[in-house]
Amino acid sequence: MSDVAIKHDEHRDDLGAKLGMWLFIFTELLLFGGLFLVYAVYRDIYAEDFHLGALQLNVTLGTLNTVVLLISSMTVAMSITAIQRGNKKLSMQLVLLTVLLACVFLVNKYFEWGAKFEHDLYPGSDLVLQFKRGSIIFFGLYFFMTGLHMFHVVIGMVVLMVMWFKLKNTTINKDDNVLLENGGLYWHLVDLIWIFLFPLLYLVT
Amino acid sequence: MTTIPYKSYLEPQGKYTGLLDWLTSTDHKRIGLMYMYAIGIFFIIGVLLGLLMRIELFKPGETIMGPQTYNGIFTVHGVIMIFMVVIPGLSAVFGNLFMPIQIGAKDVAFPKLNLLSWYIFMAGAILAVLSQFTGNGPPDTGWTFYAPYSTQTGTNVLMAVTAAFVLGFSSILTGLNFIVTIHRMRAPGMTWFKMPLFPWALYSTAWIQLLATPIVGITLLMLIAERVFKIGFFDPALGGDPILFQHLFWIYSHPAVYVMILPAMGVITEIIPTFCQRRIFGYKAIALSSIAIAGVGYLVWGHHMYTSGMSFTARWIFSFLTFIVAVPSAIKVFNWVATMYKGSIALKTPFLYALAFIFLFMIGGLTGLSLGSLATDVYVHDTAYVVAHFHYIIFGGMGFAFFAALHYWFPKMYGKMYNQKIADIAWLILFFGFNMLYFPQFVLGLQGLPRRYYDYMPQFETGEVLSTIGGFVLFIGIIMMITNLIIAARNGPQAPDNPWGGKTLEWTIPSPPPMENFDTPPVVSKEPYDYE
Ligand SMILES: [Cu+2]
Repeated sequence: MSDVAIKHDEHRDDLGAKLGMWLFIFTELLLFGGLFLVYAVYRDIYAEDFHLGALQLNVTLGTLNTVVLLISSMTVAMSITAIQRGNKKLSMQLVLLTVLLACVFLVNKYFEWGAKFEHDLYPGSDLVLQFKRGSIIFFGLYFFMTGLHMFHVVIGMVVLMVMWFKLKNTTINKDDNVLLENGGLYWHLVDLIWIFLFPLLYLVT
Repeated sequence: MTTIPYKSYLEPQGKYTGLLDWLTSTDHKRIGLMYMYAIGIFFIIGVLLGLLMRIELFKPGETIMGPQTYNGIFTVHGVIMIFMVVIPGLSAVFGNLFMPIQIGAKDVAFPKLNLLSWYIFMAGAILAVLSQFTGNGPPDTGWTFYAPYSTQTGTNVLMAVTAAFVLGFSSILTGLNFIVTIHRMRAPGMTWFKMPLFPWALYSTAWIQLLATPIVGITLLMLIAERVFKIGFFDPALGGDPILFQHLFWIYSHPAVYVMILPAMGVITEIIPTFCQRRIFGYKAIALSSIAIAGVGYLVWGHHMYTSGMSFTARWIFSFLTFIVAVPSAIKVFNWVATMYKGSIALKTPFLYALAFIFLFMIGGLTGLSLGSLATDVYVHDTAYVVAHFHYIIFGGMGFAFFAALHYWFPKMYGKMYNQKIADIAWLILFFGFNMLYFPQFVLGLQGLPRRYYDYMPQFETGEVLSTIGGFVLFIGIIMMITNLIIAARNGPQAPDNPWGGKTLEWTIPSPPPMENFDTPPVVSKEPYDYE
């Protein structure tokens, strides 16, 4: 990058950076919003099949994952407060803890999906194709929505790890921590989407 | 002309030389030019594909290609022109080049993200071009990718859809960047209502990009999931509903039309006061009508689906809203004309293009209303009439506005002036060829010629032949215009800093602009079009 370009980057506007992040989060919500719309349409058409489909899901694992994500949202928020108070070490530990909780979420999800696959409950399987149309759609939506969410969890983990390294080499510090705030915002988004998915898929019985 | 020596943005800047110096630059003007070169190449490819279709339709029966090839070519033509040329066109090229300067900023809010958007755009574009040559033949679904055919055809739909998704992501990031830039980086003293109208148009556009693109993103992802994982969102056999695809697709793709046309209107709004040396008439009305178009334009998508199966209530509501959305567009047209009234008009090339825009956009807009009314639409749905309407809006509107912007800002971009006489002749050929190409299609459509067929009944031959000849005339005009500009960029005479007597901020700085745009940050106290 040329010297001039670096000069450009010196321009710092925390409020602008946060505005940009909020707008991006907004587009992410709209992305899932399209799915929620599709969900609403099919749930209206196939209410009974959705009820039966939801009975097949593991509410215990779902609840556990909800709690895990809620706690992770808290830890990432705490890491921001920590760095704002100048406690670099604590902040780094809290970011790492958040990543760890994200791993717990993924491990849980692995067991949950694994059990579904064992029972041949996946889109396009011979068993599912014999179901009624509403149930086919329900399992399709279940895998697509939780799958897309999982993809966001993984991206969130990468973002958090980047934050950890930036904390380490003090790119993010007591006076300049809008990056961590934005990273935290993204993680809250991942959490928020799950908060929508959980009742829609698991609790509609 | 400046006497103080300075380094322009076109000169090598730092560490790297040659191409790499550009590919690593986060300067908004350079990124704008990089978009322009890329989009220019895609445009020529799209034009050539269009010409191939016109040659095929020159005579009834198979002329140079069979039906499958023809289906592939109109799909590729649509995908390239829509997703790679007209949607990014004005905002990515001229928005990047001039919006920051017009609001008195040194760059956009996120310069690195801006460069990333360009790379994402290029990645999507390469995927789209690859989809034509790999897999089992080019996609043959039309650019609309309607399900269930798109979930079943053996052609290379998957890659084309992925390309559209990637291109959409780039569009979102550009929109996001522009919104934050306009909110946060306006020069001191530039209040919202002292901002020029091109940034206003881009601001509305950016919101549409942000609000509508995620919907098509998820729709295309669902299409991919349906093809790869057999999740039956749209396939009735798997419980899905193909009409749902059409709804989701048009929730994005109608607003996308405004992503194309709003910046075009913004360009015209810049050009008209400059060449009439007159304050713009109805500044606030024009600024707010952009917002109104963005808002209402979001709610009219159903007018693409009158014949697809919708309740009567839904249909008349969509029809009603379609008529409403025409009002803010008409407000702009009246304001442009009122601005010209008693102005001292200079009939220079950019102004000629602006006039052509108004003329063609009016035809396109009014035929759009006849399509938006329920009874007529059922009659002309999926005929050449729709093709003609669409091209009058997109090519006659966005395309001519792009050419207008190109001729308006060219002296600023390169610091060189083009041969204005040749530019005027090229304009005349373009305008003549355009109308000869597309106007017959209105008539053919009303006579019942369906679109997207490689063949036609003999009674349509006169119109088709006229249209094909028009296509070649148009092509000659395009080549002439581009050649003229390339020659000028290489060895044209030096252009003054303000050749047209414009009042917006980009005309206060040297041509071509220095890297940081302004030596001292400008302070704004006047209205943007302060001519009297
Ligand atoms: Cu429309």
